[in-house]
Amino acid sequence: MSDTDYFIVGDPVRDEKAPEGPINERWDKRRFSARLVNPANRRKLSVIMVGTGLAGAAAAATLGEAGYNVTTFCYQDSPRRAHSIAAQGGINAAKNYRNDGDSIYRLFYDTVKGGDFRSRESNVYRLAQTSVEIIDQCVAQGVPFAREYGGLLDNRSFGGVQVSRTFYARGQTGQQLLIGAYQALERQIAAGTVEMNTRHEMLELIVVDGKARGIIARDMVTGEIETHFADAVVLATGGYGNVFFLSTNAMGSNVTATWRAHRKGALFANPCYTQIHPTCIPVSGDYQSKLTLMSESLRNDGRIWVPKKQGDTRDPRQIPEDERDYYLERIYPSFGNLVPRDIASRAAKNVCDEGRGVGPSGLGVYLDFADAIQRMGIKAVEAKYGNLFDMYQRITGENPYEVPMRIYPAVHYTMGGLWVDYDLQSNIPGLFVTGEANFSDHGANRLGASALMQGLADGYFVLPNTINDYLADGPFEKIDESHPEAVAAKEQVTSRIDKLLSLQGSRTVDSFHKELGQIMWEYCGMERTEEGLTKAIGLIRELRAEFWRDVKVLGTNDELNQALEKAGRVADFLELGELMCIDALHRRESCGGHFRAESQTEDGEALRHDDEFAYVAAWEFGGDDSKPVLHKENLEYEYVEMKQRSYK
Amino acid sequence: MNITLRVWRQKGPDDKGRMATYKLTDVSSDMSFLEMLDVLNEKLTLEGEDPVAFDHDCREGICGACGVVIDGEAHGPEMTTTCQLHMRSFNDGDTITVEPWRAKAFPVIKDLVVDRGAFDRIIQAGGYISAPTGTAPDAHATPVPKADADRAFDAATCISCGACVAACPNASAMLFTAAKVTHLGMLPQGQPERAARVVKMVNQHDEEDFGNCTNIGECAAVCPKGIPLDTISQLNRDLLGSLAKGVG
Amino acid sequence: MAITGAILVLYLIAHMYGNLKIFSGQEAFDGYAHSLRELGYPLLPYEGFLWIARIVLLASILIHIYAVVVLWRRNHRARTARYQVTKRVQRSYSSYTMRYGGILIALFVVFHILHLTTNNIAPGGRSDSPYERMVNGFQPEFWFVTLFYLASVVAVGLHLRHGIWSAVTTLGGNKAGRQGKLNALATAIALIVAVGFAIPPLAVTFGLVS
Repeated sequence: MSDTDYFIVGDPVRDEKAPEGPINERWDKRRFSARLVNPANRRKLSVIMVGTGLAGAAAAATLGEAGYNVTTFCYQDSPRRAHSIAAQGGINAAKNYRNDGDSIYRLFYDTVKGGDFRSRESNVYRLAQTSVEIIDQCVAQGVPFAREYGGLLDNRSFGGVQVSRTFYARGQTGQQLLIGAYQALERQIAAGTVEMNTRHEMLELIVVDGKARGIIARDMVTGEIETHFADAVVLATGGYGNVFFLSTNAMGSNVTATWRAHRKGALFANPCYTQIHPTCIPVSGDYQSKLTLMSESLRNDGRIWVPKKQGDTRDPRQIPEDERDYYLERIYPSFGNLVPRDIASRAAKNVCDEGRGVGPSGLGVYLDFADAIQRMGIKAVEAKYGNLFDMYQRITGENPYEVPMRIYPAVHYTMGGLWVDYDLQSNIPGLFVTGEANFSDHGANRLGASALMQGLADGYFVLPNTINDYLADGPFEKIDESHPEAVAAKEQVTSRIDKLLSLQGSRTVDSFHKELGQIMWEYCGMERTEEGLTKAIGLIRELRAEFWRDVKVLGTNDELNQALEKAGRVADFLELGELMCIDALHRRESCGGHFRAESQTEDGEALRHDDEFAYVAAWEFGGDDSKPVLHKENLEYEYVEMKQRSYK
Repeated sequence: MNITLRVWRQKGPDDKGRMATYKLTDVSSDMSFLEMLDVLNEKLTLEGEDPVAFDHDCREGICGACGVVIDGEAHGPEMTTTCQLHMRSFNDGDTITVEPWRAKAFPVIKDLVVDRGAFDRIIQAGGYISAPTGTAPDAHATPVPKADADRAFDAATCISCGACVAACPNASAMLFTAAKVTHLGMLPQGQPERAARVVKMVNQHDEEDFGNCTNIGECAAVCPKGIPLDTISQLNRDLLGSLAKGVG
Repeated sequence: MAITGAILVLYLIAHMYGNLKIFSGQEAFDGYAHSLRELGYPLLPYEGFLWIARIVLLASILIHIYAVVVLWRRNHRARTARYQVTKRVQRSYSSYTMRYGGILIALFVVFHILHLTTNNIAPGGRSDSPYERMVNGFQPEFWFVTLFYLASVVAVGLHLRHGIWSAVTTLGGNKAGRQGKLNALATAIALIVAVGFAIPPLAVTFGLVS
């Protein structure tokens, strides 16, 4: 069986919006060529914003300030709870406040290289340019970044880069940035430019005459299925890491909005690019509902090791030095414990696969601070990592000052997402996608402290400058709920809900979700093979069929029904999972977060095939019973030379 | 371990509600409290009984979505969020009573889920700095003394979970309001709107039917983020200053 | 409430100082009581200061009570559904008893005025001498008067313990890092006032003053 049994190759796709010319002038050029909307006309134009995390709240607030009519939706009870809030480390910006040789160009270069040459140069350069403005904006809003005694902003080096360009607010940078955006959003709600709908979930996109014109949303409190129209729709609904069931995502994070848009024609790009974060707290039992990330900064002082012997169950403190394998220091002597996330994660998987993993499940490696405590003293370690140690102790019940921590990789971020052009517009006119929900800036691997940067760049600065160009043609023809497309979309939603509630099978939604997660983690996780992926596709199809036969959802639609919400999301994950496996199967190379066992160097490192795979894989939905269609967008590198990464 | 749960069940906002008792066996002490509720819900679903609705999202103690009163204490016996509470804080054979936040301003939606929209409206009333996108000067234009920045940060760590209201004998949201007033009031960027902000936010707080503060201190004692009680005094100071100036 | 409370606390301290004069003998005590009537004389009419003080105190009490009623109604409305289980985490006994302690104190104040000021209630006999009213009222056979007095004084102490802390916080004086000191100060004042008020009647009851 060849992998083309799973998909059809369609026409290539191209980003028509990025201007030509010197890379540092492209964003200016685009802002100049994009049409403007007269302030007086803006109030006649409406925008729907789905998702109110960093990208969504920032964009909604900014568009509201500009005078557009914005309607926002989020599934949480308040926009301030979006999962952007959980980002710990920091946000990059090419301010060069340290005078250590940083520049917009260097941030651009690091990001393209870190993305393993699978992102667009134009987009990444703009991201680096915009990073500078983000910090200014956030400080003006009152985000309490860490400061030095002189009153100026502090920076740290993060994610293995050689410059200190990361701004942070203790270990809660995401929280503080989100609250800044949230407050700006609430200000616009009070001003009447933004209407907020909390506890609402988008369940369908309405496309009229080829343009995105609205959404169907469910009021999660009353169950009412509502139809909303606008001149443009923006999805800022985050990533889809929860397809793995266990991830560092919030429990409610889901793919439904983007997946429903995909089914309506939006291309889904690089779905298999998943970031697996190396320093998470291991799974403790089958009741486990989510995984908790420990900041990557722990790797600065902690040493990672496993016993040399298989199945060594001794207390780690009893294992003598010469029976320990500090495998990262051994394999990557120059970077040691600080190798990038994808490499550290895979190395942990390898030693556990060899039977040398630690902890009750055998899926864990030690992160040991004994040397650091001896070198720096317990006080210094406490000052630097105290809150992380406390968190670890709260969750595991073990004291990391005495016993080495146990860590294991976990799904953390998804680089893939809906395909967008330079304007952040999908291939459906009027449908824009921002933040983690799009695929644009991180390529095959995301560097630390750049997710927050991208979310806010898209939200505050990119989208508000590009969406005008589309809205300049509006307001579009008025439509109401009786429009056939709106009626059809609503009908799709209600019939799906009715179906879910009528099955009354024998298995809970979570049991399906867990099983899907196990399949994805096993075959589409840190290491992927043709055989495994093929098997996974078969398993997912069977599971999906069983789901639609045997799922048990109690209650009705006319109430707060959390099982029903979950069921809809899991149904979409069951479709997405298959596409991820097909994408992973077709990409017969290793790049960034995607490691194909068949494509490695002699010493087991990832091997890219730039001649064959230097493209974005943008997938078109082929129909429930047909194969997806692959559209390739060629990636060209004019500024950064494509090189194999090496951390030895 | 085996436990008995007494859980508040309420079908909807208009239902009277009642306590229901469930027994759970083989609960692992490594489970989080919410994972224990997950296990209960799986069991209830298979038995054909409606699962217990509760709010939760990040499950790492930062989003502020979760929160129930456990044996009379907001977020339970440890000073953390409900999602970070683990079953090792309980003993085999315990009976655990689980109730929703109770305050008129937080009406129950279903079971343990309450509507905390009042918090958003307090923020809307003035919990922000007006800095439209694009208007910002360079981030280093205004240095902020480290002590002020740190205090602003401490206040800004509020996760808006509502435990302060739940624990307050008066169901007051003064700690929540004070945390925001202190966060923004400590920063130079927050000064132009400082006098008006506190008046507008306190007015909104009162309009939402929260009770008033009598400085008892339950709020700060249960706050999972350790927002200090003296922020309320800072709010009062700002409020008196504003009223003296005739603001509001 | 904080401001009226503060006025009343200052008054209590002055009142306590006066009470302790009982140990200086009848002459000193009665003289002190009389001097209050002449305070500010002839600038103010005879008993002028006293009446100003009485009006201020009465207004303070009424405003204090009015504020309590408003506050109590609001706070009562703020939680209509009660918890099945409640647990005190931080709440002190003094803050817990503010409301009922306050009612006790109010009742006591009425009795106290009728007893020792207007002398309408006169256990042990009426007298024009404040000293004698004191001594008569707290004789051992009127142990229930002393007991009521003592219970009220304890209530005042508890009320002050939370009240002083609360008033300072309400007036914005509780700054970061000062909480411990403030609490200690409130406890100290409350103790001094309670003990200061308890000593004279006990001294009478146990015959140290006669």
